[in-house]
Amino acid sequence: MPSSNANLVSSQASGLEPDRPMVEVKKVWKSFGKLRVLKGVDLAVYPQKTYVLLGPSGGGKSTLLRCINHLERIDHGRIYVDGDLMGYRERGGKLHEMRVKDVAKQRARIGMVFQRFNLFPHMTALQNVMAAPKHVHHDSKHAAEQEGERLLAQVGLANQVEYYPAQLSGGQQQRVAIARALAMHPKLMLFDEPTSALDPELVGEVLDVMKNLALDGMTMIVVTHEIGFAKEVADGVALLDGGVVVESGPPNQCLVNPKEERTKLFLSKVLA
Amino acid sequence: MSTSVDATAQPLPTAFGGQESPDAEESLAIDAIPLRHWGRWISAAIIIFLLLALLWSLWHNPRVDIRYVGQTLLQPFVLRGVVVTIELTIIAMVIGVVGGVVLAVMRLSQNPVLKAAAWGYIWFFRGTPILVQILFWGFFGALYPTIFLGIPFTGIVFGSAATGRLYGAFVAAILALGLNEAAYAAELVRAGIISVDRGQYEAAHSLGMSGGLTMRLVVLPQAMRVIIPPMGNETISMIKMTSLVSVISGTDLMTNIQQAYAQNFKTIPLLLVACIWYLFLTSIMSVGQYYLERHFGRGFGQKEAEAAEKRAERRVIKRAQVHNA
Repeated sequence: MPSSNANLVSSQASGLEPDRPMVEVKKVWKSFGKLRVLKGVDLAVYPQKTYVLLGPSGGGKSTLLRCINHLERIDHGRIYVDGDLMGYRERGGKLHEMRVKDVAKQRARIGMVFQRFNLFPHMTALQNVMAAPKHVHHDSKHAAEQEGERLLAQVGLANQVEYYPAQLSGGQQQRVAIARALAMHPKLMLFDEPTSALDPELVGEVLDVMKNLALDGMTMIVVTHEIGFAKEVADGVALLDGGVVVESGPPNQCLVNPKEERTKLFLSKVLA
Repeated sequence: MSTSVDATAQPLPTAFGGQESPDAEESLAIDAIPLRHWGRWISAAIIIFLLLALLWSLWHNPRVDIRYVGQTLLQPFVLRGVVVTIELTIIAMVIGVVGGVVLAVMRLSQNPVLKAAAWGYIWFFRGTPILVQILFWGFFGALYPTIFLGIPFTGIVFGSAATGRLYGAFVAAILALGLNEAAYAAELVRAGIISVDRGQYEAAHSLGMSGGLTMRLVVLPQAMRVIIPPMGNETISMIKMTSLVSVISGTDLMTNIQQAYAQNFKTIPLLLVACIWYLFLTSIMSVGQYYLERHFGRGFGQKEAEAAEKRAERRVIKRAQVHNA
């Protein structure tokens, strides 16, 4: 049952039991033209947890991620992040579309890392990281610069601050992208296949950074094909296929002893 | 302090312990006799011969009157014309670029009326010859003999004046060149904006940037890289296109040259004077274009690695100074 996965994630929590999910996805439907990509997805991610979305291409994983920060509009359902309805305001029992400015404010608290990095090519690594704090949060240049250098050092790029993206390897670019997202002090990080565009020997350095983030208590939703990462780091996993959550639960159950035939088939293909 | 600067101070190790240069083993050294390119020598000789013949014929042609060209080059009437040509170029390009950005944004907007209006403007101004447009603006008084300032359809008029009094050949020339240029610039700007990857918008939006900030900080600087080279060409074309306003006595370089040779019949020397000035102006412009392209090409160049090392070095020095202070 898709709706029961929330409990599985929360029951994993050791120590304090936060009652409100950081992300709550309720019966979300989304079509592109005639193509139905999401068909009633439910999902709940609790604070300081890492949730991994698995599944075949076209299964709706990336779309779901992009719906969460309202880069895509949903056709039906509700998405709440930290209790706020994304993209709409409920007033007098009616939904009002939010102004672009207010959507931007909501997004500023959600970090996103893309498969193709999407660094700004005309800015150095440091300028990439500083851009949003300086121009969106209006931090002073000095403060933004210091924070930028600290974050770049945190992802292991203390010596590359002055490099333009074109001079960095894929793994380094993706780590700059992570630092750039962290610079807005997000309460949630979304990763859209962050290692899929990387050469195999560069995957590790990016996964290590993500692992450390998870250990530091960041709430994360990760779309990936890295089963090893899911097993080691995730608090919960979900398999999306054909626009629905086929199976979800803690990784040592879902990935080791899956119940659904569809999950077994997918795992056998990925691990082969 | 350990930085990337230190790493480059040491000589680069050769790959896998290979040696720097081959052994001086005599028998395998390549010491071949170079291939002779006879074709290149012959074609170069022919070209140089033809060029010399042309120069010789000009030098010995009394109608060229090199001395008169030299005397006239810095005459006040020529310099006044040059100043007007420069003014026309700059003002028309400013109108053109600003108008072009507005038209491009209109064409890319979701509003069908704005879209259609921009399309219609570009269709009209690109579809009619610039010479016709210049004449049209020059004879604007024949279409609207008086210009009113007021509210249309109501009969309320705050003031009016004869078109000819408000509006001389210079203003007509600027309007003709600027409005025409806007139509061409719009297409260049639009192409530049479209060339920026969609992922750039998404990244900017995911960082909480608004539409305007995304445009200003992320999209336009990248679009500039694509826009600048053709816009430089447009400016060079504009320098030459200003000569057309001589048909409405635009007081530019060409107008003054034509008036001079109408009086003294030194047509060829005066046209040479014009050529020298136009070449000078377009050459200056090409130098400026080089620096603009370099500025907006940052992050893409060949020597970027070197430049990054230098920036890092300056940073370390600055840090040390702050530390010591």
